Amino acid sequence: MDILLSLVSQFCLALGAFLIFSGGVGVLRFPDFYTRMHAAGVTETLAAGLILVGLMILAGWSLVLFKLVLILLFIMITSPTASHALAKSALHGKLEPFRQVKQEGE
Amino acid sequence: MGQILDFTLLFLLLVTAVATARVRDLFAAVMLSGIYGLVSASFFVTMDAVDVAFTEAAVGAGVFPLLLLAVLAMVGRYEKTAYRRPWAALILVTITGAMLVNGTLDMPAFGSADSPAQQHVAQRYIEESPEEIGIPNMVTSVLASYRGYDTLGEVVVIFTAAIGVLALLPSLGGGVRRKRESDGMGDHQVLRIVSKILMPVILLFALYVQFHGEYGPGGGFQAGVIFAAGIILYTMLFGLDTAQAVIKPSVLRVLAATGVLLYGGVGLLSFLSGANFLDYSALAEDPVSGQHIGIILIELGVGITVAAAIILIFFAFSEAAGENGEET
Amino acid sequence: MLAGTAIALLVVMAMALIRALLGPTIYDRILAVNLFGTKTVLLIAVAGFLFGRPDFLDIALTYALINFISVIGVLRFFEYSNAQTDGKGA
Repeated sequence: MDILLSLVSQFCLALGAFLIFSGGVGVLRFPDFYTRMHAAGVTETLAAGLILVGLMILAGWSLVLFKLVLILLFIMITSPTASHALAKSALHGKLEPFRQVKQEGE
Repeated sequence: MGQILDFTLLFLLLVTAVATARVRDLFAAVMLSGIYGLVSASFFVTMDAVDVAFTEAAVGAGVFPLLLLAVLAMVGRYEKTAYRRPWAALILVTITGAMLVNGTLDMPAFGSADSPAQQHVAQRYIEESPEEIGIPNMVTSVLASYRGYDTLGEVVVIFTAAIGVLALLPSLGGGVRRKRESDGMGDHQVLRIVSKILMPVILLFALYVQFHGEYGPGGGFQAGVIFAAGIILYTMLFGLDTAQAVIKPSVLRVLAATGVLLYGGVGLLSFLSGANFLDYSALAEDPVSGQHIGIILIELGVGITVAAAIILIFFAFSEAAGENGEET
Repeated sequence: MLAGTAIALLVVMAMALIRALLGPTIYDRILAVNLFGTKTVLLIAVAGFLFGRPDFLDIALTYALINFISVIGVLRFFEYSNAQTDGKGA
């Protein structure tokens, strides 16, 4: 049972680390603000959640687990809200979304 | 692993500092200073200075950028660049910097056992604190009890800073003000609802930090800042008038003084009970529980003053920015 | 795996910093700061486990709250100053 739990925890951490990294690449390489925001959003909810769940399994039943749940809850509430407000603000600020110019012969 | 963390964080710190100095858009500079706060707090965490990291988290990454932003609302977004190349200043700074670096060469290595900081009183604090003060977090026992004078001084400094800001900026609540239309973030419905849900959690967390300072990282300073950050969030979303209806500036001014007086009062009380100023052992029959009572009371005083002072300063800046906005 | 996660977080923090430096719009910078903040929360949580000091979590908790407030603050004042200069910025 312990081995299984530790495996699950390792898996969560590894997947979280991978998603964080890919999100970071996206934030650097995507062409405009809105696409970058999409990449950042992945790291802020799914990846953060996975890493925190991995830590929770490591922590076991304790006050630490409770605090991790709180952090997860806060991140899950605040990050999408902040992203929403930011996108709304950008759209109202007349920031045009990026549109791919159609290739010839398409 | 620890070394990789340290080096990376220091490198990030350096890049952020240089970029902050070079950026001309002051909004970007404020945001970079927020990142600077985050990095330096992470650095304190890796150095095991949890209480300092806590303060840096709340102040450096939270309230400091907010106050800078409130200033930006008054002074405009771009740096004025009409100056000549200040060679004299550059030479002066280089010489001073070289002297400072030279000075650090004489300092003992980080964590070395025979540095003066470890040999003077630290050892006694570490050995005696569990019996004399009897609380798990040694940082709090040093900060609030052994070094009670210093902390009293810090609280007075914060109180004085609030007085200074209030004296320099237009008075709060004085005269009749027009209701501002651009107050608050009326069109951000989602933000308002989520923040309403978060507000009680933030204030509750501040209280937890306030009264948990004896057992873990935290205490009056951090709690005060977090509490103030909660109120600042409310002010930004619902406007200055609503926030001032919730917490009146006149009440805040009294509270800011109350905290300092509470701190000093505890000191006087122990003085009158026959011990030294700020020696809490005399406050109860048992010296250890006397220490506990004293620490809880003075931490409360610190928290009240810090929260009230920061909210007052933020109100004053918002007020001044609002007045400027109406004129232009 | 904890160490690997910490390194990934550090790398992403560096990436977010680059994005904050490059801009180009102010919104990119805000996004980068927000990203940096959540990654710091995670880094401190992971570092707590790495060094066996779970009381670091209180700090991570503070960050999770403070980070939100500062992003809202930036938005608030940016919109405010934009309204005054009639959208000259951005």
